Amino acid sequence: MSSASNETARRVAMLRDMARIRAFEREAVAAMRSGEAPGVVHPSIGQEGVAVGVCANLRRADRITSTHRGHGHAIAKGADARAMMLELHGRAGGSCGGKGGSMHIADFAVGMLGANGVVGAGIPIACGAAQAIRLTKEDAIVACFFGDGAVNRGPFLEGMNWAALYRLPVLFVCEDNGFAAFTRNSAVTAGGGPAVRAEACGVPAAAVDGEDVLAVDAVAAELVARIRGGGGPQFLHAKCYRWEGHTGTDAAAYRPAEEAAAARDRDCIRRLAALLDPDEVAAIEAEAAAEMAGHRAAAMAAPWPDAGAAFTDVQDAGAPA
Amino acid sequence: MTRMTFAEAARRALAEEMRRDPLVWALGEDLVQGGIFGQYKGLSEEFGTDRIVSTPISESTIMGAGLGAALCGTRPVVEMRIADFTLCAMDELVSQIAKVRYMFGGQGRAALVVRMPQGMWRNSAAQHSQCLEAWLTHIPGLVVAAPGTPADAAGLLKAAVRSDDPVVLMEPKNLWTAEGEVPAEIAPIPFGVARQAAQGDALTVVTWSAMVPVVEQAARESGVACDVFDLRSLWPWDEAAVIASAQRTARLLVVHEAVTVSGFGAEVVARVVEALGPGGLKAVERLGAPRAPIPFSPPLEDSIRLSPTRVAAAIRRVAG
Repeated sequence: MSSASNETARRVAMLRDMARIRAFEREAVAAMRSGEAPGVVHPSIGQEGVAVGVCANLRRADRITSTHRGHGHAIAKGADARAMMLELHGRAGGSCGGKGGSMHIADFAVGMLGANGVVGAGIPIACGAAQAIRLTKEDAIVACFFGDGAVNRGPFLEGMNWAALYRLPVLFVCEDNGFAAFTRNSAVTAGGGPAVRAEACGVPAAAVDGEDVLAVDAVAAELVARIRGGGGPQFLHAKCYRWEGHTGTDAAAYRPAEEAAAARDRDCIRRLAALLDPDEVAAIEAEAAAEMAGHRAAAMAAPWPDAGAAFTDVQDAGAPA
Repeated sequence: MTRMTFAEAARRALAEEMRRDPLVWALGEDLVQGGIFGQYKGLSEEFGTDRIVSTPISESTIMGAGLGAALCGTRPVVEMRIADFTLCAMDELVSQIAKVRYMFGGQGRAALVVRMPQGMWRNSAAQHSQCLEAWLTHIPGLVVAAPGTPADAAGLLKAAVRSDDPVVLMEPKNLWTAEGEVPAEIAPIPFGVARQAAQGDALTVVTWSAMVPVVEQAARESGVACDVFDLRSLWPWDEAAVIASAQRTARLLVVHEAVTVSGFGAEVVARVVEALGPGGLKAVERLGAPRAPIPFSPPLEDSIRLSPTRVAAAIRRVAG
């Protein structure tokens, strides 16, 4: 293929990933609101460009750690979307057998080391994963996703220093959607922001428009190349916007409607779609919608986990009687 | 058998495990310098600073990095320096390490060891002397071991390194320099198997960790013939041995250094009463610390510390 057609193929693949994430989360939010999916989901709608632009530069052997808002990271890394949907519905055959739910999606087969219900908790885990990769001389890196709220937690400071100190192969990705749960993060964060904090610990930082997937892809490509070349950890500060509330049922009354509307005008999917063949885009979006609707139907048809599963995989020694 | 200190026995066990398995490595503060109790002495020279890693004072990341490293196939030994500092890493231990296998449906395992030397250590005061084993036995997913002899320090450490479960190893700070006989070939000691330190029909005494030598001495000095069990591991623990003994003696004393209120002794007594029925015991007592922080001044500390004399008095009380 020519480099032009290569580039088109890459763009089409990224559009497909973003469309699949959005379709997945549309279904997930609907299932949560209807009560079909128990518990809560934290949608990343509007932020797909960050997950996809970063993961386009990762290989299967690379690992990621994710957050409570992690569906996009998982799908972008190649996780099984059907198993994820079953997991959200608490069904047998889900990614975690119905024992984790949305906040604990993991797919180790593709290097997805788990979403996390604790803000910033993936940062130390990513550092350790990178240390193990080095110790075993594996050819892989780790991408660590976290939100802007995480920069006010202690493990953020510890992890930046740690990764820089040991020059670990970690790409830190701060998905800055502007909100720490219900609070505008700028209202509770002093100083110069995430990138300044990372650089203060010796982790070089780059900023990118997270709503422009091509920009994310380009910057991530450069940072990932540095990491693979032994350049140590890198930090990507990706500005974006969370279209939905903190959870699928949060109406986000704490922010002006115009602000969210403006973000919808910057839609990462539409911005990329504008560069592609409209028919192809429509086909990809229809296919993504059909796939995820199918997964939702499959989830509703799937059996509940066997009751005994509540007592398995606790521990070997001293397991529940 | 060779006579050696608790620290030397633990050091040897870890060195042997690191020679056996190149995926075993250790991380924590001051490890290259040998650790604060000398339990890592010489290991960085033998295994290099990629496997004996001195870290910043970053407890959350020491613990959390151990988890990430375990999820990528290595077997980390996470050193917390002292148990009190684990409180800075409780999310990583309790909500991450203990739960990953379960909440990810068995995809990943936290096969790692968390060493947290605990308990009183001469005049270390309130923030460096706590016994927190009961907190951790309460957490599903964790194995909790608490050796009280050099031989068990070595054997339990080996078992912990080889376990696919996350194992919390609570070594008693006060016993690092205590000496004991250690087998030339250190074998892993299975979790949940108590060591019977003395035999007798008058009562059943259950203890662990730093109280082991205290109780053994007290039992000798009391002149009362008692079954003495060193539990060695607290989850799982040897319920069968303790219940069988208590059924025979009908008298039960549990001795631990930790605060008595909500201590693990409450669990031991409750399980025995459940097994034997409310009328199954003629006498029962828990002997632990008062619900007070550990003071600094030697005479104040001694007022909280359990001595062989105090334990012997309790043995005689329960024996009736």
